[in-house]
Amino acid sequence: MIAALALAVGVVLGVILHPTVPVGLQPYLPIAVVAALDAVFGGIRAILDGIFDDKVFVVSFIANVLVAALIVFLGDQLGVGSQLSTGVVVVLGIRIFSNAAAIRRHLFRA
Amino acid sequence: MTVDEPGEEPAEQPDRTPSGVRLLLEAGRPRATRGQLIGALLCGLLGFALVTQVHSASGLGFTTARQSDLVDILDSLSSRSDQLRAQIATEQTSLSKLTGGTNQTQAALDEAQTRVETLQILAGTAAAMGPGIELEISDPQHQVGADVLLEALEELRDAGAEAIQISGASGHAVRLVASSYFLDASDSSGIIVDGTELAPPYDILAIGDPPTITTAMGIPGGVLETLSGKGATGTVVQHDVVRVTALHVLSTPQYAHPAPAASSAG
Repeated sequence: MIAALALAVGVVLGVILHPTVPVGLQPYLPIAVVAALDAVFGGIRAILDGIFDDKVFVVSFIANVLVAALIVFLGDQLGVGSQLSTGVVVVLGIRIFSNAAAIRRHLFRA
Repeated sequence: MTVDEPGEEPAEQPDRTPSGVRLLLEAGRPRATRGQLIGALLCGLLGFALVTQVHSASGLGFTTARQSDLVDILDSLSSRSDQLRAQIATEQTSLSKLTGGTNQTQAALDEAQTRVETLQILAGTAAAMGPGIELEISDPQHQVGADVLLEALEELRDAGAEAIQISGASGHAVRLVASSYFLDASDSSGIIVDGTELAPPYDILAIGDPPTITTAMGIPGGVLETLSGKGATGTVVQHDVVRVTALHVLSTPQYAHPAPAASSAG
């Protein structure tokens, strides 16, 4: 409940403050957001599975974001930044879908 | 990386489903543990970043476009710009053609106008003014005939007179042009010029270089000497401005028409 509330507060803050993304962060932010979304869906699934753990959630959230940013950074250095970003988004998308499927089975028994 | 660490569980667990919502509510129940707070903080951060990214992605049209798309857009833009450039060049060419044509037409019109004025003066259909002389011929004994006046006219023309008129005692003036003729009047009381009878004293106005004409009149065996030989007297007066106002009436040629080559040469 607190998490959902905090999410809403974050969205509202973003809308109100309307911040501009620093140039240095621009390539990493979209991937980081997708990675964080993946962590959140994984956390919800873990709650439904009854195996949720605060520490695991926090660590996985931060690790997801950092690893995603690192991959993009490496891709940029290697000259394959856009392809690697696409690959990361595809992988994270697949994970989000599988997590969402598990959540759906728990909630709707279908 | 997220749920994998605690251990994978089979997804199909129908017996747990009724407790799914309850589990979610249970987890959502506000507890002020450190883990909850950190999780909430991360979720808030996620929301913030999400909105920020959506804003920046919608605000910057081309930064998120793929390279091939950008190349396509650039190609179409440059080809369009080439088209527009070519169109500009065409329009400018036609514009300069049109303005040049107008100028040419105007110049031709001006030249034609000048030519018309010159020809009108030469043909005697327009009044003329300029420096010239006045030749007064008093002929008390009526000895001055057409031959003398014709000689005077030719002398004037030789001296460069450009517009000439002659008037008699009545003051009626006749413009002297290329087709003018002199006849002795039948009763020898005067002369007939272009069908108009004039009586002495005669007054000839000529536009031209005054000193040259004066000299030409006064040469030995010239007009003045001939006049004095006839018992008449000629007086030449130089004027800064002489007005030749008598007009010659043109008759439309009945047989002669402008030849095409001659008209196009003009």
